[in-house]
This record gives sequence, C-alpha cells and structure tokens, in this order.
Amino acid sequence: MSDPMLTLTALDAHYGDFQALYGLDLSIAAGEVVAIIGANGAGKTTLMRSISGLLSNRPDAISYQGQDIGALRADQVAKLGIALVPEGRQLFPSLSVEENLMIGGKVGRPGPWSLRKVYDLFPILEERKAQASTSLSGGQQQMVAIGRALMANPELILFDEISLGLAPVIIRQIYDALPGIVSDGMTAMIVEQDITKALSVSSRVFCLMEGRIALQGRTEDVTHAQITAAYFGVDA
Amino acid sequence: MDWINALVQGMLLGGLYALFAAGLSLIFGVMRLVNIAHGDLIILAAYLGLSTTVLLGLHPFLALLIVMPLMAGIGYVLQRGILNQTLGPDILPPLLVTFGLSVIIQNALLETYTADPRKLPGGVIETASVDVGGITMGVLPLLTFAIAIAVIAGLQFIFYRTSLGRGFRAVSDNQDIAQLMGLNKAHVFGVAMALALAVVAVAGILLGMRTSFDPAIGGGRLIFGFEAVIIGGLGNLWGTLAGGIILGVAQTLGAKIDPGFQLLAGHIAFLVVLAVRPNGLFPRVEH
Repeated sequence: MSDPMLTLTALDAHYGDFQALYGLDLSIAAGEVVAIIGANGAGKTTLMRSISGLLSNRPDAISYQGQDIGALRADQVAKLGIALVPEGRQLFPSLSVEENLMIGGKVGRPGPWSLRKVYDLFPILEERKAQASTSLSGGQQQMVAIGRALMANPELILFDEISLGLAPVIIRQIYDALPGIVSDGMTAMIVEQDITKALSVSSRVFCLMEGRIALQGRTEDVTHAQITAAYFGVDA
Repeated sequence: MDWINALVQGMLLGGLYALFAAGLSLIFGVMRLVNIAHGDLIILAAYLGLSTTVLLGLHPFLALLIVMPLMAGIGYVLQRGILNQTLGPDILPPLLVTFGLSVIIQNALLETYTADPRKLPGGVIETASVDVGGITMGVLPLLTFAIAIAVIAGLQFIFYRTSLGRGFRAVSDNQDIAQLMGLNKAHVFGVAMALALAVVAVAGILLGMRTSFDPAIGGGRLIFGFEAVIIGGLGNLWGTLAGGIILGVAQTLGAKIDPGFQLLAGHIAFLVVLAVRPNGLFPRVEH
C-alpha cells in the first residue's frame, strides 16, 4: 500500500460523558474506496463527524496527507480537501438548489468539479436549479448534497448513510454515479446500512460495533458469516 | 390636510426607524443574537460623527466616510472578541453581555462627552424643505427616507445576490454544515456585525442631524428598532421598512391627537400588531 492518505490513531470520541468511539486505528490509501458498516449506534456517524472536524480531537488522532488535523475546525479541514455528505442531506433550506451547490464551491479549491460537471452528473438538478432545496424529493436532495460536496473539489469524500431513506430506483442512480465520481482519483469512505451495496463499490470494509472496529478486511476476503457476526456481535 | 401632513411626516420618520431596525434585524437573522446595546451603538456612532465633524471640520455626511468603517471595525472586533463567545444553545448569555455592553457604552459616553445634549451641524439641509401638493417636506427627512430605502435594498442585494449573503443564510440555517463548506462561522458573524454597525453608523449620523442626543437615549432607539422589526416580521428586511413606517405614522398621528400621546401611540400600534399577528405583518416565507 502506498503512503496512507488518512490515518486514525487511537481515535476516541465523546458526547459529554458518553464515549462513542474507543481507540480506533485505521488507515486509507489515496484512491481507495472503503465501506464503513455497522448497526445503528455503532459510531459510524461519529467517525464521519470526527474526521470532518465537527468533533474536536487530539491533534495526532487524525492524520491527513501527513498533517495532524484532529484539532482543526471543520472549515479548516474542508479547505484541506475533505468533504462530507452528511446523514440526512442537511441542505440549506434558505438557499436554492444552485445556491446550495455554489456554497459547496466556497472552499475555493481548484479541481475538475464545477456547476457544469455536477449538472452533467445529475441533469435533474439543472432543471430544478432555481427551486428551494427543500422542495425536492429525498433522492434529488441527496444528489444536491453529493454535488455540494463535490463542488469543494475534495480529495477525500465521506458519504454518511448515502442511501438511507431513499427509494430503490434513486439508490441505483446514486450508486451508478459513484464510479464516475471516484474515478477522478478521489478517495472515498462510504457509510452504508445496505451491506451488499457498500461491498459492491468498495475495496475494503470496516465494520464498527459499539465504537470499536469489529472486523476489517478486503471486500473479497470477508465472508458473509464474518460480517453477520461483526454486525450483530453474535456468531452466525 | 393636517392629517395627511402628519401621515407623510410619519412615513418619513419611519425611514429613520427602519435604519435603527435594519442592523438589529440582520444580526438576529444571521446569528439569533438580540443585541441590547444596539441603541447605544447608534448613539456612539452619533458621537463619533460629532467628534469627526468637530475635529476635521467635515459635514456630518462626509463624516460617514470615517464613522462607517470605524463602526464596522468596532463591530468585527466586538463580535470576534466578545460576542462569539456568548453564542450557543442558551440565549441568556448574549442578552446579559450586550446589556452590560449597553451600560459600559453609556457610561463611557457620559465620561467623554458629558450629559449635555448635542447635535450634529447639518447646515442648510436641516431647514431646507420642498413643497409637494401643499405638504411641506423637510429635505433631511426625505433624504433619510431615501437612504433607508437604499440601505435596505443594498442589504437585500447582499443577502440574496452575493456570495457573502449565501454565507450569511447558510450559517443562519445550519452552523455545523456551513462550517463543512469552509465557512468559519466566527468570521461570518464578525462580518455580519461589521455590516450591521456600518448601517448603525448611517442611522446614528442621521439621528444626530435630525434631533439632539445625549448618552442616555440609546435605550429608546433600541425599543423603536425592536418595534419596527417585530411589526414588519422577523427576518424580512422590506418588512422592517414597513414596520418602521407604521411605527412612525402611529407616533405622528398620536402626537396630532395629543402631543403627549406620541410615544404611547407607537407602543399601542406595536402591541396591536403583536396581538393580532404575533409573527409580524410580513414574516419571512420559508420556501
């Protein structure tokens, strides 16, 4: 494996007295697509929030391209090239579809992604560009959320619950678009409830359980039984 | 004719109230901060205008070239140095801190400028008037009204047509997600306060040319600003102008009935709107 793009070293996360992550160690190489799976409450979203800077940490708990970023603010992390597609889309209701996309580009990083390229990826968004973002269907909102993250021209993109609550046809559209996104050399972490979907696009998988990594391996090496055991904490 | 005259004068007065209110509305809209010191900041701007006109011999309108950037700078430093630390899920700390700030500004002005009423020398513009259809309108109130419209149109443009405004709206919608877009909310809030206090500078100078002021009158201007914002509807800048006009008209019509009735009539108009339309007359419509 080449030099890791992202390395987590003994990453803990707390919400007040509650500890959500326990000493996570993990590393990802540039260009990899990894899937993060696990039951509700396993710590997947907390992991995304930690990496993106929404939860503050020890500086050296997260290293990105050789730089300690654990203690940086989310806006500083974004400028380094890490973008998050948050759980539940979280579009800005006061902004139109196009404004939501444009604010994603506010980070000001150079790169291939532009409004034009996002509209080419999701043509429906161009038709709806002047509409309020909240007037779109859930699937279209997810497209805006993905487009908004891409507009930042990230090198590492984090998808939190990419298909949660979406219709199967929409999920297929989004998964069809993924290879085009990551083929630009982008590194991706995909948090997903749908294990089959997650494994279909990723080269490695990490399964979290109660804030710890219960299973990790190359996608082709892990067995269904192992995943079931790690996911539910029982032997299948 | 007297009544129409009172109505027109009230509308023009409303322009000044809209200027008091615009900064308040902007700050509340962007960061949910209720700035109790807003009125005192208006008076501070009037005094800074006074010092500038006295020291440099400038007309108050030219003094704006100095007072506006100065107030904007004070706003940015104040926000980043103090007010950002008070913002959070609890709404009480910003209220207490801006209340304290209000007391500090009043006393600092009292120490520096004494309690004597002062006025900005507007020159001929103060007494100049135009006659339209039998109604005499002062040039200064007319100009104030035009400036109020221009300021609100400008703020509206910034809010809805510029990258800065998108940042304001995004941070207002969801601070965490806005941070993910590379927006440092501490800086965005600082810029919003700078913009609000630039508007406060305009309001303070126009107030100082229209009427005499002393360090203690900030509280009253705060109330007028609040009333205009709430009558117009929270988060709607044009509504704030309408709110200012309604308040101004209520006051001048009240004064027409009985001179002692002026302020009370404004407060009654405010209470009636609050009772009938608690969200104001023109609340912001969420898309």
